[in-house]
Amino acid sequence: MTQAIVHALQDGLELTPRPFARIAERLGIDEESVLNVVRQLQTTGAIKRFGVIVRHHELGYRANAMVVWDVPDEAVHATAKQLAGDPAVTLCYRRPRRPPSWPYNLFCMIHGVDRESVQRKISTLRSTFGLQNLPYCVLFSRRRFKQRGARYVSPADAGEAHADG
Amino acid sequence: MASVGTNAKLRAADTSTRRPRRPAGPARKKMAKLCALDKRLLDEFQRDLPVCARPFAEIAHRLGCNEATVIGHLAWLQRQGYVSRVGAVFSPNHLGASTLAAMAIPEDRLESVATMVSSYPEVNHNYEREHAFNLWFVVTAKDAHAVADVLADVQRRTGIAVMDLPLLEAFHIDLGFPLWLT
Repeated sequence: MTQAIVHALQDGLELTPRPFARIAERLGIDEESVLNVVRQLQTTGAIKRFGVIVRHHELGYRANAMVVWDVPDEAVHATAKQLAGDPAVTLCYRRPRRPPSWPYNLFCMIHGVDRESVQRKISTLRSTFGLQNLPYCVLFSRRRFKQRGARYVSPADAGEAHADG
Repeated sequence: MASVGTNAKLRAADTSTRRPRRPAGPARKKMAKLCALDKRLLDEFQRDLPVCARPFAEIAHRLGCNEATVIGHLAWLQRQGYVSRVGAVFSPNHLGASTLAAMAIPEDRLESVATMVSSYPEVNHNYEREHAFNLWFVVTAKDAHAVADVLADVQRRTGIAVMDLPLLEAFHIDLGFPLWLT
């Protein structure tokens, strides 16, 4: 049942007065059960955010950069926490290095109205947190080929047809 | 916090969910003008959407307008492409598995490889970035095995190595995207 509800939530709620009742109808259960599963997914942390998912590019934030750093392993936690706490940083993840072609282990996303404002934010971050000596790289996005919510459950696993194919 | 319902001009505009002065259309170059209610919906409800039988009525109550107005404005924001959906963002690797993958693709093949990568339902983000590794995409599936299958398949079909960069630790608490619209 949880799987089916996750699947129903992946593409977002129908904009209708009782969106959870619509999910319940499709799954042949009652509205309260759907609400309970959603609350449970929030409690366990499976849902990290439930709300209006905006598209930053369309809202005028035309520039986004993935900024990657090569932080010594013993310093990575402290640096990551500083960066994650800064409002300019929208994501902050540690990932593995893949030497020799990829030496970076800390990944941040930074958005801005234009390239210059993103660059300004990056230099502020570097000076504020004393990161001037860390090797880093700025990867501006050039083209967006695809952007949508993740699908953890395939239509087959959810036992129903996919609404939007 | 001023109630948007007290704005007479806004209320007049809200009686209809259709806005003839804002022609809808795909790939709009210029941003349509956002009203006070649009901005508050975008800014204040990126998280903690009420999980109750009538969530839009609850939002309307907080904003001092009515349910139909909230639904109308959200639908318009979605049609304009400003909102991708109203729903859940799931934690990576909590319900399933995911990874970030990167490839270094020769310029003349980039378009076709990117299109091929986007065609996988497991791929939810796919961007060209300014780097020798010029294609970056996120693969999400029910388990690590299914994720690995997609990476292996892309590598086999393109003959280009796929660099797998799984999440080891997340430091950011996702509070949504700060817009500073208001």
